[in-house]
Amino acid sequence: MSISLPYALAVWRRNAVMYKRTWKWNILPNFFEPVLYLLSIGIGVGAYISEIGGTSYIAFLAPGLVCVAAMNGASFEVTYNIYVRLVFEKTYDAMLTTPIEPDDVLAGEVLWAVTRAGVYGGCFFIVLLIFGLAPWPSSLWVIFVIPLTGLLFAAIGMVFSLRIPNIDMFSFYFTLFLTPLFLFSDVFFPLEERLSGAWLWVAEALPLLHPVRLARASFNGEFSVTVVWDFAYTLGMSVLLLLWARRGVRDRLTN
Amino acid sequence: MNRSISSIPPVVEARGISKKFVDRFAVDHLDLVVPARVCFGLLGPNGAGKTTTLRMIYGVTRPTDGTIRVFGMDIGRHLRAVRSRLGVTLQQNVLIEVLSPKENLLVFGRYHLLREPELSRRVEELIDFLELRSHADVPVRQLSGGFQRRLAVALSLVNRPELLILDEPTTGLDPAVRLALWSRIRELRAAGTTVLITTHYMDEAQRLCDQVAIVSAGRVIAAGAPAELITTRLAPEAVEFDCTPGEETALLDGVAAGRRLRIGGRLMVYLDDATDLIERVRRHDQGDRRPIIVRSTNLEDVYLSLTGTGLEVNP
Repeated sequence: MSISLPYALAVWRRNAVMYKRTWKWNILPNFFEPVLYLLSIGIGVGAYISEIGGTSYIAFLAPGLVCVAAMNGASFEVTYNIYVRLVFEKTYDAMLTTPIEPDDVLAGEVLWAVTRAGVYGGCFFIVLLIFGLAPWPSSLWVIFVIPLTGLLFAAIGMVFSLRIPNIDMFSFYFTLFLTPLFLFSDVFFPLEERLSGAWLWVAEALPLLHPVRLARASFNGEFSVTVVWDFAYTLGMSVLLLLWARRGVRDRLTN
Repeated sequence: MNRSISSIPPVVEARGISKKFVDRFAVDHLDLVVPARVCFGLLGPNGAGKTTTLRMIYGVTRPTDGTIRVFGMDIGRHLRAVRSRLGVTLQQNVLIEVLSPKENLLVFGRYHLLREPELSRRVEELIDFLELRSHADVPVRQLSGGFQRRLAVALSLVNRPELLILDEPTTGLDPAVRLALWSRIRELRAAGTTVLITTHYMDEAQRLCDQVAIVSAGRVIAAGAPAELITTRLAPEAVEFDCTPGEETALLDGVAAGRRLRIGGRLMVYLDDATDLIERVRRHDQGDRRPIIVRSTNLEDVYLSLTGTGLEVNP
């Protein structure tokens, strides 16, 4: 068992071919979603907040929402879409009649999820640039944070999707896992100011927190030692989970 | 001629392969040798272990025991090399329904790392070969079952396989599509492709296969050329008619039990010469002549005599 990049790219290409047919329709919500968030929470709620972390509320919100967009982009891909291909469409059974191996399937799908994260997060970032909410040029660092966020949530979603007994479990994944992460990962308010003591350490376990801090550091152009920790967490956790997912893919596709 | 064929090493050589799932053996010490350039039929009831055997041959299921060599290579160690030289049509069609047949073929060709212009050339060839031209650009979900099945077969040919594995290729197809597929399979075989096919249709196996193996409960219980299996296992004439067990005892006095097969109220008797039996039945019926079918013994008779006619064995 080994990963072969050309075969992984063939898996990626399959998804790309299908996306190419619908991207014109799919990409529009990617632009509207951030605009709605910025209008409602940034401008609406933000009107009551004079300053947060040294900036306006809308400017505080912007980098975190880029990560949320990337998280959602990757998550839809590795949950519902993967499950449909695995269980209903039997896509991988067909792939495994060719020289493609389970490792290539995993690599190709993760790469695709990162691509979708790039599309979601990238669209959001473009909207921020247009609204003048992304400081130039330091915020460009977020271009590296977007795929990293995608990688982490592709890995988490993969591990989950490969082990659940039925498709209904995804509603738990979204409402009990991704939504709390969205609400409590430094996106809407700085955790550091609301939590204390041991709770701050517990919060460090939240996966979305780290990409959000990386994105905010990019926007602020302030890189501290925390950035190293956030980067190491995001990458390290992704690698560990992908190793776990690797076993899951093999168990599901071969016997 | 014979010597030149036997000097080519077999394409598939499975020795003593077993596969255990939790508490039961799906395949149990099965031996299978598929010579090069033949059409080989793997026959057996549902649940006999045919699909598991195929999966072990293309390396998706790992045998619990035994060795499998494909193209002379150990499948466990040379997975990619082996799979690049074979094609598989799965029992259930795996097609991308929103894409057209042409797009499906392009996607599948890339799984084999085919590049342009070779990729498009091959796709066009297959569209012609399996007569997909009329709907080559229509989304697959709008196509008939027969069309979809032909496309599934086309996908498995995209890499010009030396070994083509077909898992129940004609199940559920109308007679015209079946005949068309048979003719394509014959053409491939004539061009040098080795074909390994599973089927429930004994007429299909008899017409298409040079050799067959009948599998039951995970083992090969009979193997050989269809004609040879028929002549060695059963007498050449089959007589079929409805009769009660009581009538059977009266009419078939002296005919060995091994020459009879009963399925519900229907009796089949295998004889070297059916004349006597027909006369006996007619005498018994007197004026009231029941329908009697006399025909050549076929592979289905052999199959049923070997695997049994009961349904309870393989749920």
